[in-house]
Amino acid sequence: MCLAVPVRVVAVEGNVATVDVGGSQAKARLDTLGESVQVGDYLLVHAGFAIQRLDPADAEETLRLFQEILSLEGSP
Amino acid sequence: MKEIFSLRDPVWAERFRRFLQSFPSENLVKIVHVCGTHEITIAQHGLRSFLPEKVEVLEGPGCPVCVTSTQDLDCALQVAERGTILCTFGDMTRVPGSRMTLEEARAEGADVRVVLSAADAVETARRNPEKPVVFFAVGFETTAPGTAAVLLDTPPDNFFVLVSHKLIPPALAALLSEDPREISGFLAPGHVSTVIGAGAYRPLAEEFRVPIVVAGFEPLDILFGLSLILRQLREGRAEVENAYPRAVTEEGNLRAQELFREVFRVGPAIWRGIGEIPNSGFYLREEFRDHDAQKEFGVVGRVGEEKPPGCRCAEVLMAKALPTDCPLYEKVCTPLTPVGPCMVGAEGACNIWYRYSGRPRL
Amino acid sequence: MTRLLEEKITALHGAGGQVMEKLIAERILPKFRFRAAGPIGLDHLDDGAVVDLPPGKLVITTDSHVVKPLFFPGGDIGKLAVTGTVNDLVVMGARPVALTLAVVVEEGFPLFDLERILESAAQVLSELDLPLVTGDTKVMGKGELDGIVLNTTGIGVAERPVSDAGLREGDWIVVTGPVGDHGMAILCARNELPVESPVESDVAPLWPALAEAVVTGGITAMKDPTRGGLAAALNEMARKSGVGIEVDEAKIPVRPEVRGLCELLGLSPYELACEGRAVLGVQEEKLEQVLAALRGHPLTVQAQVIGRAKTEHPGKVVLRTAVGGKRFLEMPLGDPVPRIC
Repeated sequence: MCLAVPVRVVAVEGNVATVDVGGSQAKARLDTLGESVQVGDYLLVHAGFAIQRLDPADAEETLRLFQEILSLEGSP
Repeated sequence: MKEIFSLRDPVWAERFRRFLQSFPSENLVKIVHVCGTHEITIAQHGLRSFLPEKVEVLEGPGCPVCVTSTQDLDCALQVAERGTILCTFGDMTRVPGSRMTLEEARAEGADVRVVLSAADAVETARRNPEKPVVFFAVGFETTAPGTAAVLLDTPPDNFFVLVSHKLIPPALAALLSEDPREISGFLAPGHVSTVIGAGAYRPLAEEFRVPIVVAGFEPLDILFGLSLILRQLREGRAEVENAYPRAVTEEGNLRAQELFREVFRVGPAIWRGIGEIPNSGFYLREEFRDHDAQKEFGVVGRVGEEKPPGCRCAEVLMAKALPTDCPLYEKVCTPLTPVGPCMVGAEGACNIWYRYSGRPRL
Repeated sequence: MTRLLEEKITALHGAGGQVMEKLIAERILPKFRFRAAGPIGLDHLDDGAVVDLPPGKLVITTDSHVVKPLFFPGGDIGKLAVTGTVNDLVVMGARPVALTLAVVVEEGFPLFDLERILESAAQVLSELDLPLVTGDTKVMGKGELDGIVLNTTGIGVAERPVSDAGLREGDWIVVTGPVGDHGMAILCARNELPVESPVESDVAPLWPALAEAVVTGGITAMKDPTRGGLAAALNEMARKSGVGIEVDEAKIPVRPEVRGLCELLGLSPYELACEGRAVLGVQEEKLEQVLAALRGHPLTVQAQVIGRAKTEHPGKVVLRTAVGGKRFLEMPLGDPVPRIC
């Protein structure tokens, strides 16, 4: 039930966005999101509704967190 | 999103493997997740092969289709048999009620349709104004905002909802209240957490002294989440940690929470295989009675749960048994001939283990 | 034109009388460029065809085709019916020699659609210089059939027939191009999903792309991964050959738009059907030659080694996942169903 995929917004019309996933397109409702959405934004979409706007820069934060725990690698 | 695909990087994965393998494990460590999509990522990418022998990852009640009660299904069947168009998600149609499945009802003439979204069900209602269209709404906090959104968006008069949405934190509390408790840590579902926020688990971690780590769905997200749990266990900590900060905040998606608070109230719910869990179900508020299928059609589910003889789904759902511990698994119970709920839904533990060969010795 | 669009198949078309004769003579036969492979062919409207066979072993295959929708991005049921049978011959190591075509059609079926379907079947045949030597038409009552069913039988000859059971330990596993296109195109074309996709079916005859590779030799097993996709083809090869297959996920070609939709819908690209791909087992010493032969043709230019036959886990397929895990790639259960919950 958690299936939600990051998609890129290619158009916004009212509370519906057209989103792109690897060249295929789908619709996502935006009324479940507390912020406005622009073309080019990344969204997390579940069952046709956007549940989160993603910041591509956060991916770097993820890698930083990985690095942090893995620096403990092998330590007792 | 390009970054996401690097979250399958085998070099990082190998480093996580070494980290996980360095965990000193004398006693069995049971980590439970409650999300079918976590289980699918784990199975699809062979992540169990990264874990030390003594660390077991189990799927608890993470498949909303599987835990939907016979009662709720009986209601859906009754509604479907009254000349309505019944819309629901994919494999919900294959879950047995006390008499039959929705798929079987369709074969007997009921109009049962599969939708991918609550919005599609509303669309169906708009296109068929002469017929009542009922959305059988299942799913956790991830899905409930969508149902709430369409109800707040002035749906047509012929649109009704049969609500069977459930909440995750009360289910975790139920699992942790078991005595003796065997669960060492929880991998909390990423997208439920996107909506409810990592903070929602803090009271649980504190009350039950258990590590809870919110994790995403890419292979490295899960390896990271498992690593954080093992580190907490090693250090004797029991906290909530967020291993999925790119999609989960402390307070969650406030707009989505606002939506479901406005539309639903919380009450007890019956989980198939588990029984009643207090405060774990969403119910439509009085203001939405005009769209309440239960009121409109006066349907009531049959009370009482029948457990198929020999089936150990209840223990699988409570993370007390692996699918392979069940005598029916693979022998009489398969995805084509499911006996228990965990084999029925595509996100049920038994179903996923059958399709991806759960923990093969490779 | 309007009249043509409105014309429908009636019971008379199947009754064997004048209406039928006229339909066949005027509308069906002329579409096929090559109509004989010996002294008696399609034009003779005899009870059968007589075929002059080139030397080699005779290979025969037959298949009935249904698809929903009948017309989809990249092809239609006509193209699919001819291609499917040609490809079944090719993966047996045979050069196609002649085809038969039987049409079973529902009363009320638009004549215009029937003609479009037959035209695209004819086009594939003519691109391959392949004759249609005999055929049949039947009309079923309204509601007795869902539209149209095509049956094709193919005749081919092989000097060295290739089965799907000949894999030996150490053979390399080759796939001739990206997998899952047809299955995904069909799923999207059904309009049951709120998605739009540029994915087109890969439906294409594998002859002559595989002709040179077949002559090169060293191919120990071959299959076209149609229903059940790559997963089913590999499992069948492993089971029938009594060897294990280990496949490297990172090497399996999948188009990004197919992969993206699979993520979105919770599907596996390895379980989606292909209609223009082959999976080959190739002996080590011939691998370079076979790959070079395949890559010399546009249809198979993306041919890729994806794995190897092993002694471990006989009858099973082990997938080394892109992230570095391992699991069995199981035989698919049935038609892929999108998972949202």
